[in-house]
Amino acid sequence: MPAKTYVRTIINGEHVDFLCEPRQSLLECLRDVIGLTGTKEGCNDGNCGACTVSMDGRIVTACLVLGVEAEGKEITTIEGIAKGSQLHPVQQAFLENAALQCGICTPGFIVSSVALLEKIPQPSEHQIRFWLANNLCRCTGYDKIVRAVQDAATKM
Amino acid sequence: MHWIDYASPHSVREAVDLLNEAGGSARPMAGGTDVLVQLRANALPDVNLLVDMKNIPELNEMTMDPEVGLTLGAAVPCYKIYGNKAIEHAFPGLIDCASLIGGTQIQGRASLGGNLCNAAPSGDSIPVMIALGGVARISGPSGDREVPLEDFCTGVRRTVIQQGEILVSLHFPAPVANQGANYMRFIPRNEMDIAVAGVGCSVVLDNGNIKSARVALSSVAPTPLYVKEIGDAIAGKPANEETLKLAGQMAKDAAKPITDMRGTIEYRKHLCDVLTRRSLQIAIDRAKES
Amino acid sequence: MTTTDYERNIVLSNVEYNVVGTRPVRPDGADKVTGRALYGADFDTSGLLHGKVLRSPHAHARIRSIDTSKAEALQGVLAVVTGKDMPHEADESDGTKYSRDNILASDKVLYKGHAVAAVAATNPHVAEEAIGLIEVDYEVLKPVLTAPEAMKDSAPILHEGLKTEELGEKTDKVSNIANHFQHVKGDIAKGFADADVVVEREYNTVTVHQGYIEPHGATALWNTDGRLHIWCSTQGAFTARDATAGILGVPVSQVRVTPMEIGGGFGGKIPVYVEPIAALLSKKSGHAVKVVMSRAEVFESTGPTSGSNIRIKVGAKNDGTITALQGYLAFEAGGYPGSPVNAGAICIFAAYDVDNVLIDGYDVVVNKPKSAPYRAPGAPNAAFACEQAIDELAGKLGMDPIDLRLKNAAVEGTRRPDGPAFPRIGCVEVLEAMKNHPHYSAPLGPNQGRGVAIGYWFNIGFQSSVNINVNSDGTISLIEGSTDIGGTRASISMQAAEVLGIPMEDVRPSVVDTDSIGFTAVTGGSRTTFATGWAAYEAAQDVARQMIERAATIWDVDKDGIELKNGVFQSKADPELKMTFKELSGQLLDTGGTVVGRASMNAGGLGAGGGSFAGNIVDVEVDPDTGKTLVTRMTAIQDAGKAIHPSYVEGQMQGGSVQGIGWALNEEYYMRDDGSMANTSLLDYRMPTSLDIPMIDTVIVEVASAEHPYGVRGVGEANIVPPTPAIANAVHSAIGIRMANLPINSVAIMEAKWKQQGN
Repeated sequence: MPAKTYVRTIINGEHVDFLCEPRQSLLECLRDVIGLTGTKEGCNDGNCGACTVSMDGRIVTACLVLGVEAEGKEITTIEGIAKGSQLHPVQQAFLENAALQCGICTPGFIVSSVALLEKIPQPSEHQIRFWLANNLCRCTGYDKIVRAVQDAATKM
Repeated sequence: MHWIDYASPHSVREAVDLLNEAGGSARPMAGGTDVLVQLRANALPDVNLLVDMKNIPELNEMTMDPEVGLTLGAAVPCYKIYGNKAIEHAFPGLIDCASLIGGTQIQGRASLGGNLCNAAPSGDSIPVMIALGGVARISGPSGDREVPLEDFCTGVRRTVIQQGEILVSLHFPAPVANQGANYMRFIPRNEMDIAVAGVGCSVVLDNGNIKSARVALSSVAPTPLYVKEIGDAIAGKPANEETLKLAGQMAKDAAKPITDMRGTIEYRKHLCDVLTRRSLQIAIDRAKES
Repeated sequence: MTTTDYERNIVLSNVEYNVVGTRPVRPDGADKVTGRALYGADFDTSGLLHGKVLRSPHAHARIRSIDTSKAEALQGVLAVVTGKDMPHEADESDGTKYSRDNILASDKVLYKGHAVAAVAATNPHVAEEAIGLIEVDYEVLKPVLTAPEAMKDSAPILHEGLKTEELGEKTDKVSNIANHFQHVKGDIAKGFADADVVVEREYNTVTVHQGYIEPHGATALWNTDGRLHIWCSTQGAFTARDATAGILGVPVSQVRVTPMEIGGGFGGKIPVYVEPIAALLSKKSGHAVKVVMSRAEVFESTGPTSGSNIRIKVGAKNDGTITALQGYLAFEAGGYPGSPVNAGAICIFAAYDVDNVLIDGYDVVVNKPKSAPYRAPGAPNAAFACEQAIDELAGKLGMDPIDLRLKNAAVEGTRRPDGPAFPRIGCVEVLEAMKNHPHYSAPLGPNQGRGVAIGYWFNIGFQSSVNINVNSDGTISLIEGSTDIGGTRASISMQAAEVLGIPMEDVRPSVVDTDSIGFTAVTGGSRTTFATGWAAYEAAQDVARQMIERAATIWDVDKDGIELKNGVFQSKADPELKMTFKELSGQLLDTGGTVVGRASMNAGGLGAGGGSFAGNIVDVEVDPDTGKTLVTRMTAIQDAGKAIHPSYVEGQMQGGSVQGIGWALNEEYYMRDDGSMANTSLLDYRMPTSLDIPMIDTVIVEVASAEHPYGVRGVGEANIVPPTPAIANAVHSAIGIRMANLPINSVAIMEAKWKQQGN
């Protein structure tokens, strides 16, 4: 069997090196190789956003990134959003606004929403809905998610 | 997914050599948002090497020169395009497509060069790039060449790119005075969708008349469709509703769509009419503002 | 921790509680916003193998032979299984054979995506390569894809042994019609003879999927001691245990199911699919095996809800009194019998008190995946038809559509066409809340239209168990068996907290495995907050009784002289004798041991609590040139009986509404003639994105259920019933055309307009 590749990254602020097959996606590497299962797989073709992570400051769907492409990159996953035991305002707002039901899409929504508020600190409802259109939620009807992002924006 | 290898060349020459040596079994990859999906769906069973284009400087170039125009590296991701003020000012038509390919996350990876090389009939960036008179700069084992974008796609997922060749960059001539462009597509959702039909257009105005125009359609033929006849017919005519109606009818007549899960032949032809009128109106409005 | 202030959107309730009706943060929230919560695919254990399933490329075919030798020879492959590994007994019933064949086909494949074989390997990519090496020889047969087609005598037959059950009697006729039943009330002929106005129309709905974001996933370990342990994403650990044991032919005591967190289900994660396959692979390989579906597998191989063909005939007097309601419902069951046509027939006319009713229902097998429950299964199909016919009737009579419904609304005592009489229900109250809502009289813009509709879901009770352990610091550990899809740890905990007079934050809920709690039915049928919440209420009452006895022992007084009020045990006679719940909890270990409260109860059958009515007011805007339809405003109104946690009640209403929008406008299984689904991705199966919909306003109506201690009615499902007809009615209001088929997409609208214009 051909050789695996050695990949050096910074994940959630820590140096993380791992071995992977070139065909393995970053999503597989995070979940199966590194053990960070907070990033979820919903479709494996970039259409649901459940595997959203930030790579070098830009959100991407980890299913459409190869693990080997992460060489030298800085990656933030849902596990890196809180500061120690202090939840990020977006996480807190999701809790207080009941913006999750089953919770499977929640990691992706939170990573996307944090990136949105870093780019647009006071987004309009339309800007929130546009930015989050690559994140599917089947439970909430989005209403409480949009409200949670609006709420978080007032607290950041 | 079957086993693949991965290479990340740092120069055009290195990439060309890799692709040439691999024969048909290598595939260039920019953002990967199409090729990885196709690999997982077993649509590329013969590919066993992905050549990553993102670490080649020329493919990341983004240069806007008021005289020469815009040179856009083939691997520049969408978000860098719509984040560029100079491009936003000079080429709002490119911003139209760069900001609606996929969603926010896809735009972090996907490139207009990749969208072009993927050569889907529905490729969102291609009609307006054709309308803007874009040219593909290609490097290969036997040197460099340029191909007008309307000649680039040759069939469903087929292009002029030959074995060992890569698309290095796209070039767009600097906009002239009173020029405007637009891309408009119809999708059932408001985002995250494949065009049922799309129209890219560019117009140059002269005192309320259309001096020249270029219109191209997507999702209504095996390749994006440049309809030269529309530009020929409306050049010299006033920029009014009657002219737009003529253009719409010509687009409808030129379209050769199929019926599939995204729409019927009749509906798609109808959309070509509606979208051509609407898109040209936006291009005209932009030309007036420019 | 603060909770957000909400505008009061609750009408009618006149009972206030300390905990019930508040909006605390859910107990499992911290894990779910930090990525720590473990879902079906997140389980890991030593020596874990990965399984992949080979699925039929044909919608209808006979399996001649399967050759797995090349797959078995591939390095990294540890087990291969086929239908031959299923324990088919010589005397197995049709039902058992069907349930086994749906997991791994034995003789025929009945839909594209039907499982044929499976492989366990050291790596999912190797397993995928291995299934590509399995050779299956098929005799391809002609597929049949809709109920009307499958009911024809000339249709290809799916099951040579399937004999139609006709009005309760088994016949000798082999056909694709598994069952035909009738509900009869009054005299339908007389009802139409009495009518001044009649509306008659045929409607069609297409197959749609629940669309949960988490694909099915399960890990099984068939241990050397013969015990099978499964970790999976399921709506019911006990149901998954019992189904898996039945399919594998082992006693339920041999199977233990640990439910992982579940990433959505909407009914679709009630059946098992990959659990028995993982078990067989584990038995053969000696390793734990994890099988996780791809998105395409979820679409092609798990149960969507039925497409249906429905005819409605309704007659009324000129004053709006409905004299007759007739319905014909033919539902696609998928490859095996069991569509939700029965439920559709229960719900179709439930909102109306009409003397003369006739309903015919047909359960029809077709070459599509075996249908599974989807949120109020069958009722949205039924309402799409009935509520459009009622709207059309209102138009003919020149009546306001809500007034027409109010004039004929079902009330307490009204007999449903399928038999039972309603207990206290909120049909009238929901309609009045709709009529009084400012949305109903708000002005409309150009190209806009407004529609209304009401819908019913009967809800179920069934079995639930809860144990409560009192901790020495005054908190309680609440052990339950209902998997938490949408915040039920909170709504269950709150009912226990209310009884004991403690804050909800002092309740520590755990959803546990099938060896650790008494039998609990599925999280489905809108039953969890109702039934498991009720069990929590009873378990808390048990705790209260025991603690009162303990206080009586400590104080040496009669227990009947002690009461628990707002979390304080006090002597009725001596105001000085009192202890808080926390103080008494601290003394339990020294005064006879800890207190354990228990409840195991059956909370009723179909119709438990009276069910729930839900209504919608919807505005749409239709692009006159493209037909594109957007919902511009939507108000959801639902009878919750009593909203335990109003935020999660609103969330159910909003979620059901948006699933309804998707169903109405864009979602469909786009089937090719060969029986394959063309749009098996979330790109082409177009569920609404955040950008497609407005905020969804909610009005919670509280007409307390007479059965539940807090008056709760389940709210999970009724909210998806009215959206499809309300949107169809709104489109009619906007463009003047009745859209009788789903989805009402832009192509359909333009074709209808062209047809009307005579093009």
